[in-house]
Amino acid sequence: MEASKVIHAIYTDDDVLMSAVKKVKSEKHHIEEIYTPFPVHGLDKAMGLAPTRIAITSFMYGCVGLTVAIVMMNFIMIKDWPQDIGGKPSFSYIENMPAFVPIMFELTVFFAAHLMVITFYLRSRMWPFKKAENPDPRTTDDHFLMEIAIHDNQATLEELLKETGAVEINIIDKEDAH
Amino acid sequence: MEYKISNRLKIGAIVLMVLGALGMGYGFLDAHHYETEEDVRELLASESHGGGHGSDEHGEETHGESHEETSTYTSESHDDEHAESTLHVEEVDGHELMSEDDGTLSQGAAHAEEGHKMSHEEHVLHQIHNRPWSAMYVAAFFFFMIALGVLAFYAIQYAAQAGWSPVLFRVMEGITSYVLPGGILVLLIAFLADKHIFIWMDPEVVAHDALIQGKSGWLNKTGFMIRGFIFLGGWFAYRYFSRKFSIAQDNADVNDNRNFKKNFRISAAFLVFYIYTESMMSWDWIMSVDPHWFSTLFGWYVFASMFVSGITVIAMVTIFLKSKGLLEFVNDSHIHDLAKFMFGISIFWTYLWFSQFMLIWYSNIPEEVTYFVTRIEDYKLPFFGMVAMNFIFPLLLLMNSDYKRIPWFVVMAGIVILCGHYIDVFNMIMPATVGDRWFIGIPEIGSILFFGGLFLLVVFTSLGKYPLLAKGNPFIKESEHFHY
Repeated sequence: MEASKVIHAIYTDDDVLMSAVKKVKSEKHHIEEIYTPFPVHGLDKAMGLAPTRIAITSFMYGCVGLTVAIVMMNFIMIKDWPQDIGGKPSFSYIENMPAFVPIMFELTVFFAAHLMVITFYLRSRMWPFKKAENPDPRTTDDHFLMEIAIHDNQATLEELLKETGAVEINIIDKEDAH
Repeated sequence: MEYKISNRLKIGAIVLMVLGALGMGYGFLDAHHYETEEDVRELLASESHGGGHGSDEHGEETHGESHEETSTYTSESHDDEHAESTLHVEEVDGHELMSEDDGTLSQGAAHAEEGHKMSHEEHVLHQIHNRPWSAMYVAAFFFFMIALGVLAFYAIQYAAQAGWSPVLFRVMEGITSYVLPGGILVLLIAFLADKHIFIWMDPEVVAHDALIQGKSGWLNKTGFMIRGFIFLGGWFAYRYFSRKFSIAQDNADVNDNRNFKKNFRISAAFLVFYIYTESMMSWDWIMSVDPHWFSTLFGWYVFASMFVSGITVIAMVTIFLKSKGLLEFVNDSHIHDLAKFMFGISIFWTYLWFSQFMLIWYSNIPEEVTYFVTRIEDYKLPFFGMVAMNFIFPLLLLMNSDYKRIPWFVVMAGIVILCGHYIDVFNMIMPATVGDRWFIGIPEIGSILFFGGLFLLVVFTSLGKYPLLAKGNPFIKESEHFHY
């Protein structure tokens, strides 16, 4: 990819940022990325981001966990060695099921929670020793940064962003878009 | 937003009550077709011919739960008094002979005969006679517990200073108006049904049952009624004053929050009172139908059942009124929150149901486990069916965030949850009073219609008395703009 230019507009207030996002969206500019020090409620809606599907993955992981628990205990306790332990009925899975429910529950939660977290890390590309993608260190403290790609419209974009209350506007050369 | 109970609703409720009363009356008439043991013998014969459920042996087994122990104790006491004759009986080795013998001995022994020989026919006769009473009691308690569950939810919203729910306060206040009439009806049925529901109210049974004798300090009819009136008095007093302060807050000056503060304080106090009295109420009104059985988390279990039914009814009444265009300040997010509560408390109910069941199943101590043995043997479908209705159904239906905002989804889940909790109460009462002679037939459905009609009439009349928006509440602005 050719070297591209992006514009970085920096804001100091999340309310100003929100109205800026709405304005930029209404002018039909594509926002590449927004960096904020904390979650800004409603920002995803304003940017028009698609809703997350992570809850759906979690549900499916939970089903996997439940299946693992059932298959495991059915094999160990009923099929492989159906021993009489304290008079518990090991003739069929259903007969001894109440004793298995705590494990079925815990494994469901275990799979749902952990696999969902791992999914989140993979999808957000987060891992130890990962190089931080941070255009401006101040965005982790008290500044908000909006990144917009420039396509021969630098002047109008600068004008527009100034209007929305940006305190600082920088033009950056990007070697490769990530 | 003014609301007036419509004529159609009023007439509908009255029709339900009339139909229900007819059904209940039919239940009593039907039960008293069988007046003597002879009638029962014929009935049993016809049943076993019809290849019914072979109730001859079957009934004898289940009835053991209540009467077998009785008879053990009686024979023990006779051992002491009439050692000679008992010895003689043992030689001959016959229960029947023993009871004949005993019968001639003393007054008490006459009952022992009941405990042994008659048992089956007379026992079945009792069960047949108990059925219309139990049917009424189950339905009366079910609708009462909805109102009481809503009252607890309402108090929690006040005590927690919830910002989302004040727009629903008038709906809740309307539903809780049933606490007093409903509670009085439950007590009245308990008083009139007497030993038809609570065998410990039968002096004959108590006289021969050392276990109940040991509990008679708590389980006696006078104490039962006094405690009942204390519980009801406390609940109604809270309901009365919180409604009064809530109305007064509407008419007060904008900066005058004194009534709200009063409501906050009495709600906190009520919750303390409620959690004690609710537990005791569940021992008295429900657990004591099986006076030989006890469970420590029973109070919580009943609480979970009433709480989730109450929340479900709040959601359903809200959706109904909103569909009439009377609650435009209630938005999807309020419905969503109520549905979340329905979902969460359904799981809480299941947690308690399973904890109670699994602990008793696991340890399998005979004196505790009979409770579940009778239920699994004679009530298999209702017992496990209610777990599906109260757990699996809402779990799968209300897990999705989008579905919780769709009114007809919430209503559909609500109907299943309410039916499930009716069966829950049914499962708590019926096995002790009618045993394996249960059926959800005319007496049961009649009772549901009667109390359901009364509930609708009381609740919607009360809803029409004041504006549907509690505009004086200091959280009302937040609540109107609540969104999730």
